[in-house]
Amino acid sequence: MNLDYNIVIGGKAGQGLQTISDALSKLFLRGGYEVFTSQDYMSRVRGGHNFFMIRISDRPLCAQKPKIDLLIALDQETIDIHWLELEPEAFIFYDGESIHLSREDKRLVSISWDKIATTIGGNTIFANTVAVGACCGLLNFDLGLLAGLLQEAFAKKDPKIIETNLQCAKAGYEVTKNLKSKVTIQAGTTSGKMYINGSEAIGLGAIASGMKFYSGYPMTPSTGILNYLAGKSDEFGLVVEQAEDEIAAINLVAGAAYAGVRAMTATSGGGFCLMTEGVSLIGCIEVPVVLVLAQRPGPSTGLPTRTEQGDLEFALFAGQGEFPRFIFAPRTPEDAFYLTQKAFNLADKYQVLSIIMSDQHLADSGWTLAKFDPEKIKIERYLLAAQTLAGMQEYRRYDLSETGISPRTIPGASRHLVIADSDEHDSRGHITEDLSWREEIVKKRLAKYKYMREEISLPIKYGDSASKTVLIGWGSTYGAMKEAVDMLNAKNKKVVMLHFNELWPLPVEYLGRELSQYDNIVAVENNATAQFMRIITGQTGILPTHKILRFNGQPFYPQLIVDRLEKEVHVYGDR
Amino acid sequence: MVTVKDFIGEESAWCPGCGNFGILIALQKAVVELNLEPQQILFVSGIGQASKLPHYIRGHIFNGLHGRAIPPAIAAKLVNHEIKVIITDGDGGTYGEGGNHFIHAIRRNPDITLIVHNNQIYGLTKGQASPTTDQGVVTKIQAHGVPVPAFNPLAVAIALNASFVARGFVGEPEQLKNLIKQGIQHQGLSLIDVLQPCVSFNKINTYQWYRQRAYKLPDDYNPKDKAKAMEKANEWGDHIPLGLLYLNLRPVYEEQIPVLKNGPLVKQPVDVSKIAQVLEEFC
Ligand SMILES: Cc1ncc(C[n+]2csc(CCOP(=O)(O)OP(=O)(O)O)c2C)c(N)n1
Ligand code: SF4
Ligand SMILES: [Mg+2]
Repeated sequence: MNLDYNIVIGGKAGQGLQTISDALSKLFLRGGYEVFTSQDYMSRVRGGHNFFMIRISDRPLCAQKPKIDLLIALDQETIDIHWLELEPEAFIFYDGESIHLSREDKRLVSISWDKIATTIGGNTIFANTVAVGACCGLLNFDLGLLAGLLQEAFAKKDPKIIETNLQCAKAGYEVTKNLKSKVTIQAGTTSGKMYINGSEAIGLGAIASGMKFYSGYPMTPSTGILNYLAGKSDEFGLVVEQAEDEIAAINLVAGAAYAGVRAMTATSGGGFCLMTEGVSLIGCIEVPVVLVLAQRPGPSTGLPTRTEQGDLEFALFAGQGEFPRFIFAPRTPEDAFYLTQKAFNLADKYQVLSIIMSDQHLADSGWTLAKFDPEKIKIERYLLAAQTLAGMQEYRRYDLSETGISPRTIPGASRHLVIADSDEHDSRGHITEDLSWREEIVKKRLAKYKYMREEISLPIKYGDSASKTVLIGWGSTYGAMKEAVDMLNAKNKKVVMLHFNELWPLPVEYLGRELSQYDNIVAVENNATAQFMRIITGQTGILPTHKILRFNGQPFYPQLIVDRLEKEVHVYGDR
Repeated sequence: MVTVKDFIGEESAWCPGCGNFGILIALQKAVVELNLEPQQILFVSGIGQASKLPHYIRGHIFNGLHGRAIPPAIAAKLVNHEIKVIITDGDGGTYGEGGNHFIHAIRRNPDITLIVHNNQIYGLTKGQASPTTDQGVVTKIQAHGVPVPAFNPLAVAIALNASFVARGFVGEPEQLKNLIKQGIQHQGLSLIDVLQPCVSFNKINTYQWYRQRAYKLPDDYNPKDKAKAMEKANEWGDHIPLGLLYLNLRPVYEEQIPVLKNGPLVKQPVDVSKIAQVLEEFC
């Protein structure tokens, strides 16, 4: 029997849910298991209902699931809200001293973690460690690994803190060790895999790309990138500039790119609105920039801490005028790491903006993944060589060319002056209103698209290739869709999915060919109007037959896709 | 040795008699007297009549968006602090559209020279009130006169402890040139607000109007006296002081960024060999 165990830790903001979740995730990872962690939290610093979900398995995971095996409830609301999601053999851990329940159920286990923490450590701050210990006790997971984790976390602090934490964990362990759990999770040896979320992976990917300048203005769910990079700035020699607003942020990165380093910014929908004139500036002066658009549900402030894929068309059309851009949408943190590098290399090669579409689900979910391969890092700047520059009589920054790519250098690299102008400009970069030239330079900028399209990798095709039903998705829905496809194929319902992570320029010819083979074309998107499908339709004329959409602010569960497909789409066997 | 000839750029599109010419000439002379070469200077601007100046001189140019000259200028300084960065922008762009950047640039204090061509009007869009248009002035848009008091950039800058706050006037070319030179040499943000007649759209604040009112601060004026500077900044109307109003030596932004102690960011090697080590933090 495969292990597939689901722990939910719920409570109010400020109760330390993240600490428990992080500790448990790392523990199981180091014990040799696969974990997938997702967060559902409210936009407040204190109170509200928030939860972390940790799914543990012995095989790779790529999504969360709805049924709960262990609920760690730090408040009463958590128990009420999640009651119906509990498995028959589940357990609910809560502190009966502070939570007085009217319901009775053999699954309820009271652990006086506040009292235990105060008795041992003199402070309820250790209650969370008691809960972690209780979780290990139930599952028979040896506490040895916890000692190592605590040592790392508190290395710089008083060693007594480590000891107190360990004692608290042991006390929790003792309370639950004799409960009859349906599974045990023995601590084994680590698989050497890593546990990372999307924000960290994008940040790390940017560092690995040689990015030197980052500027942003805090906005959930993009802030994780700012946090990660700020923490790494000294180690990697990065300038991380918190801008006064998003307009400044994008104009800062445009200036940094012009001045010669790789530059990136990240924001969410509202901030991206403020950035759009800068997007167009980048299109006009042709500097390479990477912009991460971490989506959350709109319109306007919307649901700040929840997830949605509602800004794809906005990203595609943002900015006045006509100019090329790339749009990427990582499926997983691993994909995010490598795609960020591709985004930088292609931005440099074509002197354009690369937009990376993230969202709260990708940004905040923790995945267990094979360790990224530093050998695969390749940095290509495509700047003019010193020798070429030295031999140039005159330098024309915006010279016409077959590919639309003009010779690029930076101030200080040679004796040549480098000119950038948001006005329409001549081949040197100076303002011009020569209207016949205007057509030439517009064509030059757009000529890049033909070559940019060839850089785009085709989508993943996954599932039963003899199927007549295709699911089309993009970005962070990958995990849930993949698991849904597995579930359906296991039931002998034949479906295949095409999942995209490189969205624009769209591989139009490929799509025309590929999509003509199916009877059912099902758009699966985390938004209300199937935006990516609409872009495909616009480019190919092919309409979807069905749409499975979710826009309540939460990501898809695999089961949800399965249920909706079975209900709404007639799926038959072979072609 | 460089000469003014080395700093002659494209042919200008300004109206004959425009005050912008005086600023251009003063700037050309200033950089020549400082013996700077075009390759050593980055001129940054936004959009407006003033913002066309970079094309009429010679140097690297980043002519960005209306009101957004300051952010790319700061970025360029952070990326390559060996380069001289000079902004030439309008009163509308700097104090209106880009007001937030103005405030935060003063707080940061990067080593940038900020020359504001203050014609008290929107020139390029043909004569609407700018933030510095005086209260009561009638324009096509403000037919009943500008209803609100003008923005006082110098007082705001002094209140924010700006490190160099000056006012020049194109009718005092020698002083203007010297203020620009001082500003370029000053370590930190130097704001030089320049009274610049717009002969086409500002029929009130003419050369004569300014000449009748402007006076030079006396030689014994102490620019380090903040209270005095504030008093001078609030002088407007019948008497308009010219010169360095406020000097407040304080740390330069880019010098406070530890990473830049190792040299210009753009020259620092990209070392991704430590990535393998960082990956361990996720295990
Ligand atoms: C975002 C944006 N809004 C408006 C404009 C139109 N516009 C161009 S210049 C300008 C005002 C110019 O005034 P100022 O900055 O004082 O420069 P001047 O022309 O007087 O030198 C305006 C409103 C623009 N280019 N971009
Ligand atoms: S409109 Fe005014 S500011 Fe612009 S060039 Fe003419 S005179 Fe100068
Ligand atoms: Mg003006």
